[in-house]
Amino acid sequence: MRSDPADYELIAPGNLQAVLSLLADEPSKWLPIAGGTDVMVLYAAGKLPKRKLVSVWNLPELRRIEISPDEIRIGAGCTYTDLREHEIIAREFPLLASAARWTGGIANQNRGTLGGNIVNASPAADSLPALLVYEAELILVSGRGERRVPYLDFHTGYKKMKLAPDELIRAVCLGRRFSNYLHYARKVGAREAQALSKVCVAALGRLRGGGAIDDVRIALGSVAPVPLRLTEVERIVKGRPVEPELVQLTRKMTSAAIQPIDDIRSTARYRSAVAGNLVAEFLQQLRGSGKTV
Amino acid sequence: MRHSSEDGGKDDRGKCELSLTVNGKPETVRVFPMERLLDVLRQELGLTGTKEGCGEGECGSCSVLMNGELVNSCLIPALQAAGATLTTIEGIAKGPQLNALQAAFLECGGAQCGICTPGMILASCHLLNKKPEPTLEDIREGLSGNLCRCTGYVQIFEAVEQAARRKASA
Repeated sequence: MRSDPADYELIAPGNLQAVLSLLADEPSKWLPIAGGTDVMVLYAAGKLPKRKLVSVWNLPELRRIEISPDEIRIGAGCTYTDLREHEIIAREFPLLASAARWTGGIANQNRGTLGGNIVNASPAADSLPALLVYEAELILVSGRGERRVPYLDFHTGYKKMKLAPDELIRAVCLGRRFSNYLHYARKVGAREAQALSKVCVAALGRLRGGGAIDDVRIALGSVAPVPLRLTEVERIVKGRPVEPELVQLTRKMTSAAIQPIDDIRSTARYRSAVAGNLVAEFLQQLRGSGKTV
Repeated sequence: MRHSSEDGGKDDRGKCELSLTVNGKPETVRVFPMERLLDVLRQELGLTGTKEGCGEGECGSCSVLMNGELVNSCLIPALQAAGATLTTIEGIAKGPQLNALQAAFLECGGAQCGICTPGMILASCHLLNKKPEPTLEDIREGLSGNLCRCTGYVQIFEAVEQAARRKASA
């Protein structure tokens, strides 16, 4: 059943401080809404339990991209279009730019935000594996102040995360240290646009002079209750040359490390096979990439 | 068009006054802040050219331009459109003079049942504003959020190419 707008409250204080004091006064009562690409879908379906919403759309404090020599700091309210059109993101963090391009159509990219994608916490979200491999850090803000936390273990279970009821994500920080890495991203879905992933992968890697793997980071979406970093697989392959046996082992380990399910979009068996194939493809590309320390 | 009588005297508290510019005309409406922009356009302002398809941001039938950006009006709460400048399909033609895109859609057979057409035109308009000389790939991407179940898309892409060519030579 469609929701009745008369049952809902929405206010737009227009600045971050005012939003934070609202959240501080009545934590858990208010649901922040940015571009609405997830919240309004639940609302339209009559599945939005919280009745008080506060707009964080286009808050100037959240819509900046700040560049320093070591780091890029992306405001949580930046849209996918903002990410796609940013030259440094396109050049140094292409996995994030690709994910932004894959998410929805242009209209959704004009409204959906990076912070919204994180807190919506869909295991199928395309930008989240990219944030895992770039080892993003989040700046969380509340009336009590700011704290900086690694994104790596931010999600603790399906739609659960380490975010207090009075907190917002203020920014996502990415270290500018991946210039000599191979950046690999692939999404497998029913069609290229407007389709949620059956499996998506983001990976980074580089080799040593002799061809052994110096460093890899691999993350997958749509294969577990949370976006998943394959730390165990990474540990095993580091220091070894990319040979057919290693690729085969990695394929098996990937399938063992994930917990895919059967759902409307795909089956666990298909996801498991595809996830293994994609990780194998990444390693094969890494071997021929010439990306060395 | 104003639907206050249809509310059956339902409590008006909680409504807000919203000023916006639609197709160049200043408008003020009294609506609930969580009313969808789509419903404000169709029911409050009588602009029924903007269609509802899926109601969840996947089909693009309700596409409009808000401050020059393509958006799905079904996903915009009215309050977030406060002060905005909107263009809907009703604002595309200049009086009786069709816009180049509208003319090209007619000539190329880019419309059949018509439900997706307003959204297709608005998305194409947004694309040509950003990229006046789009490649076929640009067109496919620019319209990737707009679904059509009649045409198979080819005629629509041809229409956008034709409109771009005409604009370039105009």
